[in-house]
Amino acid sequence: MSGWGEAAVIGGMAAVTFGIRYVLFALGGRLQFAPRVQQALRHVPVAVLTAIVVPMVLLPDGQHWNLSWRNPWLAGALGSAVLALASHRLLAAIAGGMAVYLLWRFGLRFT
Amino acid sequence: MDPACPQPPAWTASAREALHGARDTAPLLLGAAPFGLIFGALAAASPLGVGGALAMSALVFAGSAQFIALSLLSGGAAGWVVVLTTWVVNLRHLLYAASLQRGVARLPQRWRLLLAFWLTDETYATVYHRYQHDADGAALRHWYTAGSGAAMYANWLGWTAAGALLGQASPALTHLGLEFALVATFVGIVAPLLRQRISLAVALTAAVVALAARGLPYKLGLLAAALAGVAVGVWLDARSGGGR
Repeated sequence: MSGWGEAAVIGGMAAVTFGIRYVLFALGGRLQFAPRVQQALRHVPVAVLTAIVVPMVLLPDGQHWNLSWRNPWLAGALGSAVLALASHRLLAAIAGGMAVYLLWRFGLRFT
Repeated sequence: MDPACPQPPAWTASAREALHGARDTAPLLLGAAPFGLIFGALAAASPLGVGGALAMSALVFAGSAQFIALSLLSGGAAGWVVVLTTWVVNLRHLLYAASLQRGVARLPQRWRLLLAFWLTDETYATVYHRYQHDADGAALRHWYTAGSGAAMYANWLGWTAAGALLGQASPALTHLGLEFALVATFVGIVAPLLRQRISLAVALTAAVVALAARGLPYKLGLLAAALAGVAVGVWLDARSGGGR
């Protein structure tokens, strides 16, 4: 991507992010969301984060399915999920998932 | 400071409240540090480079959106898809703004601009927690919020810069598995939420659509999956009588 294209992407990201954060503050209480809209917004994090992670984990090279237990991405993600459910501590889930991933990839040399 | 010329008390109280906000944010500063470091290292080794990494942290200031933009750009996504995806990923901030807007309604616009720019998951959580049960010091809550936001901002920029320098010095660092940190983080955030039946359905829908639509041009599959997941969530909410 060219320097100008890159600047445009960063500028666009900055504009939409600030716009979301500022619009309600600018109006100062004159706009309230319907409960239906608030509930819809609550689903955004789960939907977005899942949609990002699942293809990365199941098709690590972006082309081919890898559903084997030897897949370091899959093993690491499962480790992270189990730790998150068991400990309720995000940093423990991240550290544990990373440890499984690194063990699979560099310790056991699975790919 | 010259003791013969003390600061007016109002200023002292404001500064104390800002410091208080920064101090209450400390654990979250520590939590954000590795992400700033990893983002800086990965972005510096990508076509964005050190300048792009710093500009993104300074101007966008939204961790998960920055990581997603980085992976989309590395995958060859079009610029407009990156901006549109950023918009969807950051829509959750509308909820935070809705929750805080009563507190900012009496402030001048320059305060609202500043607090909006610094509105992150972490600062929202800190401010919400402080004033949820206890209206104590509510007259100075904009100073408290600004203290938290300034601390997060300086922390994020500092760790991005440190990571960018590391990534530039030894690009091999980014082949040590740092790219998995994104997956571990997102899984750690989502997994506990899936105990709720509707959230589980949202996640399954998003996963299936993301896999089925991964061949779409411009990396539009992510947006399609996010919208499908939210649509299923809204539908199930309505079916269960709007309750959760």
